[in-house]
Amino acid sequence: MIRVKFPSAFTSITKERRIEVEADGKTVGELLDILFERYGSTLRERLMKDGELVPFINIFVNGEDIRYLNGLQTELKDGDEVAFIPAVAGG
Amino acid sequence: MRVIGLKCRVCGREFPNAPLYACDNCFGPLEVIYNWEFIAERTSKEKVEKGPKSIWRYADLLPVDTLKPVDLGAGYTRFIKADNLGEEIGLKNLYLLDDSTNPTYSFKDRVVSVAVTKAIEFGMKAVGCASTGNLAGSLAAHAAKAKLPSYIFVPRGIEKNKIIQAVVHGAKIIEVEGTYDDANRLATEIAEENPEWGFVNINLRPYYVEGSKTLAYETVERLGWMTPDQVVVPMGSGALLCAIFRGFTDLERVGFIDDNKVTLNGAQPRGLPIAKAVKYGGNVEPVKKLETIVHSLAIGNPADGIFAKEIIKKTGGSAEDPSDEETVEAVKLLAKTEGIFTELAGGVTIAALKKLVEDGSIDSYDVVVAYLTGNGLKTPEVILNYIPETIQIRPRIEEFEKVVVA
Repeated sequence: MIRVKFPSAFTSITKERRIEVEADGKTVGELLDILFERYGSTLRERLMKDGELVPFINIFVNGEDIRYLNGLQTELKDGDEVAFIPAVAGG
Repeated sequence: MRVIGLKCRVCGREFPNAPLYACDNCFGPLEVIYNWEFIAERTSKEKVEKGPKSIWRYADLLPVDTLKPVDLGAGYTRFIKADNLGEEIGLKNLYLLDDSTNPTYSFKDRVVSVAVTKAIEFGMKAVGCASTGNLAGSLAAHAAKAKLPSYIFVPRGIEKNKIIQAVVHGAKIIEVEGTYDDANRLATEIAEENPEWGFVNINLRPYYVEGSKTLAYETVERLGWMTPDQVVVPMGSGALLCAIFRGFTDLERVGFIDDNKVTLNGAQPRGLPIAKAVKYGGNVEPVKKLETIVHSLAIGNPADGIFAKEIIKKTGGSAEDPSDEETVEAVKLLAKTEGIFTELAGGVTIAALKKLVEDGSIDSYDVVVAYLTGNGLKTPEVILNYIPETIQIRPRIEEFEKVVVA
């Protein structure tokens, strides 16, 4: 199972913050498709622009930004935690 | 009321005046919407000039409604005409705004004073932040004054003096394995779980960043209500540069200046995303490995990068990316010419300023203001490797004459 965490900015769409998804062996991109299926097209429209993730959301797998892993192709395994976190850094 | 609410900087969706930071429509960052009509009716140059010698002389232009701010005296710091440095690098009208003289020795006191005041307004039970060090000390001190517990997340291995300065005020300092970006991600997750805590640069961020606008206000007031031609601003996340730009724009809105034609230039250590994108082209792309001695600007994924780049381009400015060696040389140059010991971020600013003059981006007669955002005593370990050793002698005059005078 993959544990998924959403930020509060997602709750108007997802209504929940933490879920578990059967996505072992799938990629982050495939996990996104499962989530878009579950929460409808609104989440897809807000998260994706021209096939790419919008710049203001970062996705972390076990605390590592997927940009530094394999992007949307990053593979997931049982027990992984995927967190969506709005970009706020520094200041 | 001065504050109407918050607005997404990307899609424009509006939100109430509350501790929110991300748009639920496009996940973009939020900013404060002010009631400018209300503010313009109440503020005036004369009122400002009679105000306290701190950022709170500009209270009418800040996003708080309380009459009792959490105030250690941040702002209205030293503003000097730097003729010696100007002569050295070829500028006739160079000014320095020196925030190394703030209560906790960096510009962070400006933003923290506003954010902690806001935390009190929102009735929050604790405050926190992710920090490269300067923010840590400032938040710890302001939290102590506000009688709030504070939780501060820093990357392991930042300068000792910055840690000591925060711990002494009673803050809980959590050293996180990894970089600033790791500490920041963890702090953001914790902020998400604890909405009654005010993380100053996360869920209070829209209010927090407004404190930096006072650097623009002071610049204009101290120049006799005139705008400079160009400014040079150090960049970590890019938030400071964006805030200074908004500050100049605000003054135009309330009629303190006729127009905002200031050119904003950014300074960032070599290899970091914003200066890289502005100088060499391309998008602001995050970098994972931060290879610079300038820890206070070492942010790999700068939240305001896109906006900072846009402002630099829009105002006709440039960005420079000095190397570590150039930065240290600039710290020494400033110290030797003006008697100001700034931290490494200030060195980045001065090194960038020098390059901008050399390549003709800044004209020798331009009125230029450079922002020195922190005190040199915060980062002594690094400088120690680059300065000459002391002269050691026995207490004998012959030895002095032999070793020193000869």
